[in-house]
Amino acid sequence: MSTTTLSVPRRLGRAKGGEDSPKAMAFMAALWFCLFVAVLFLVVLIAVTVIEGLPRWDGALLGNYPGPDPLEAGARPAILGSMWVIATTATMAIPLGVAAAIHLEEFADPTNRFNRFVELNVQNLAAVPAIVYGLLTLSAVALLGLTNKNMVIVGAMSLALLILPVIIISTREALRAVPIEIRHGSLALGASPLQTVIRQTLPAAVPGIATGSILALSRALGEAAPLLLLGGLVFLRFDPNGLLSGYTTLPIQIFNWSSRPQAGFHTLAAAASMVLLALLMAMNSLAIYIRNRFQQRW
Amino acid sequence: MSLPRSPEAATLDRVSAVIEPTESPAPVGRDFPAGFLAARSRPGETITLGLMKLSAWVSIAITIGIVVALLIPSIDFFRQVSVMDFLFGTRWAPRFANASFGVVPLVTATLWTTLIALCTAVPLGLGAAVYLAEYAPWRVRKLLKPILEILAGVPTVVYGLFALTFVQQTVLRDWLGFTTGAFSVLAAGLVMGVMIVPTVASVSEDAMSAVPNALRQGSAALGANRMQTTLRVVFPAALSGIVAAIILGVSRAVGETMIVAIAAGSQARIVGGPLEQGLTMTSFIANAALGDSRVGSLAYDTLFAVGLLLFVITLVVNAISIAFVRRFREAY
Repeated sequence: MSTTTLSVPRRLGRAKGGEDSPKAMAFMAALWFCLFVAVLFLVVLIAVTVIEGLPRWDGALLGNYPGPDPLEAGARPAILGSMWVIATTATMAIPLGVAAAIHLEEFADPTNRFNRFVELNVQNLAAVPAIVYGLLTLSAVALLGLTNKNMVIVGAMSLALLILPVIIISTREALRAVPIEIRHGSLALGASPLQTVIRQTLPAAVPGIATGSILALSRALGEAAPLLLLGGLVFLRFDPNGLLSGYTTLPIQIFNWSSRPQAGFHTLAAAASMVLLALLMAMNSLAIYIRNRFQQRW
Repeated sequence: MSLPRSPEAATLDRVSAVIEPTESPAPVGRDFPAGFLAARSRPGETITLGLMKLSAWVSIAITIGIVVALLIPSIDFFRQVSVMDFLFGTRWAPRFANASFGVVPLVTATLWTTLIALCTAVPLGLGAAVYLAEYAPWRVRKLLKPILEILAGVPTVVYGLFALTFVQQTVLRDWLGFTTGAFSVLAAGLVMGVMIVPTVASVSEDAMSAVPNALRQGSAALGANRMQTTLRVVFPAALSGIVAAIILGVSRAVGETMIVAIAAGSQARIVGGPLEQGLTMTSFIANAALGDSRVGSLAYDTLFAVGLLLFVITLVVNAISIAFVRRFREAY
C-alpha cells in the first residue's frame, strides 16, 4: 500500500467492508457451499440407493421370506415385524410420554428442586446412545429369567424407552405453545385444573404432539442397534403374529444383508433400504402435513 | 358439572358436597357456609393426577435402571479384569484363549470416527445454520429446513450401507485411488458427520435466532456488513448455544452404532490412520451381540463394561454441554 500520497479511493462512496466486498461475497459463497454439500449428499445418497436397489425392487422383495439366494430372498417378515414392533412401541411410549409431559408442564412446580432434577434427567436421557437402551432391556430380560429374548414386546420395550424422552420433550413444547389465556378462561368458568388440561389445553396441543410422536416413531422405525442386542437378527420363515412372537425388523434385515460379502446381498439391502426410506418419507410427510394443516397460531 | 351456579344453589347442595375445612375462614359478617370456597373432592382426578406424576417419575426409574443394569455386570467383570488393565491395556481380544481386555483399541477407533465426523459436521452444520439464521429469505428457509429434517431422519443402517458401498468402495478406492481395504474409519466418520449436520445446524440456528435484532441493527448502524455482524456480534452472542450444539454432535458421534458396525470394520487394533479399519466401542457391543453370550459369562459382562464406559463418556459430554449453556448463556 502506498504510504506517501493520500490516494482517493477508486470507488468513492462504497465502504471498504461493504455488502459486496470480496470477503463478504466469499463468506456467503462458503455458507452456500455448506448447504450445497448437505443437500448434494442427500441427493446422492437417495440416487445411489435407488440405482443399486432397483434390480431387486420387485414383488418378491415384499412377498418372499429371506433365504440364501439373493435373487429370490425377500423382506416380508421384516416388514411385518417392523410394523408390529412400531405399533407396540407407540402404544407403550405415547400415553406414558404424554402423561409425563402433562405432569411436568402443567402441574409440577418448576421451582421445586426435585422437578428440576426430573427435567434435567429427561434431557440427559434423550442423549443416551440407543445401544445403552438395548443393554438396559437385555438385563431386564435376564432379570426376568426369560430364555427367549426374541419377542416383539421385548424389542418394542427397548424402542419405547429410547423414544420416551423425545416424546416428553416434544409434548412439553406443544403444551407450552398453548396460550395461558385459554387455561385462565377455562379455570374462570369453574373447570378444575385437570378438566382444563383434558378439555382445553390437550386438544389444542394435539397437532404438535402428533407431529412430535410421529417423528419419534420414525426414529424408532429406523433404529436397529438395541434390537440387535435383543436377538432381533434371526431368520424367520413365518410372519410375526403377536406380542410374544419372534420377529426381525427392516433395519436389522438391511444390516444383515449389507454385512455379507456377496454383492447380490448388497443389492438386496439397497432395495430394502428403499422400502424403509419410503415408509419414513410417508411418516415424515404425514408429520409435516399435520403440522402445517392443523397447527394453530395464537 | 362445572356450570356456573349461584351461591344459593351451592348452599342448597352443600349437604352432598364434601365439606373440607378451609385454610382461610369465610369472610366475617357474611353468611357463607364453611367449605363454600373449597373445591369439591374429585377422587378420579386425584388418581389421574397421581398417575401422571408416576409417569414423570418413570424417567428417573429409567435412569436408575440404566445405572444399575450397567453397574452390576460391570462389577462382575472388574472382579476378573483389573480396572487398570481394562482402561490402559492396548490389546482387545476377549474371545481368544489368551484373552485380553485392554479397551484402548476400541477407544482409538471411537476417537477417530468421532474426530472425522466432527471435522465434517462442525463446518457444514455451522455454515448451514448461519445461512439459515442470518441470510436465508423466508421462502428458502421453508424449503431447506425440511431437507435437513429428511437428512436427520434417514435411518443409520441406510447411511452405513451408503458408507460401505459408495463412499468406501467407489469414492475412496476407485475415484481417489486410496489404498484401503473393505472398511475404513474415514468412510464411516465422513458419513456419520453428514448424519450429525442437522443436529448441529438446528441447535446452533436456534441459538443464533435467539440473539435479539437490536444487536444486529446496532452493528449495521456502525457500518458493519452482514458478514462482520455475523462473525463479530451474532456468533459471540450465541456462542454458548453453538458450543452446546457441537457437544451434542460429539455425544451422538460417540454413541452412533450402525454406521460404524457396517462400515468401520471389525478388527480391534489400535487405529493409526483414517484409512485403517477399526472396532469402536459401540460396534463391539453390536458385533458381540451377534454371537450369543450366556447371561453371567465373562463375554456377557464385557458388553456391559464397555457399555458403562460409553454411558459415562456420553454423560460427561452432556453435562459439559448443559453446564456450558447455563454458565455462558447471555440473557437478553
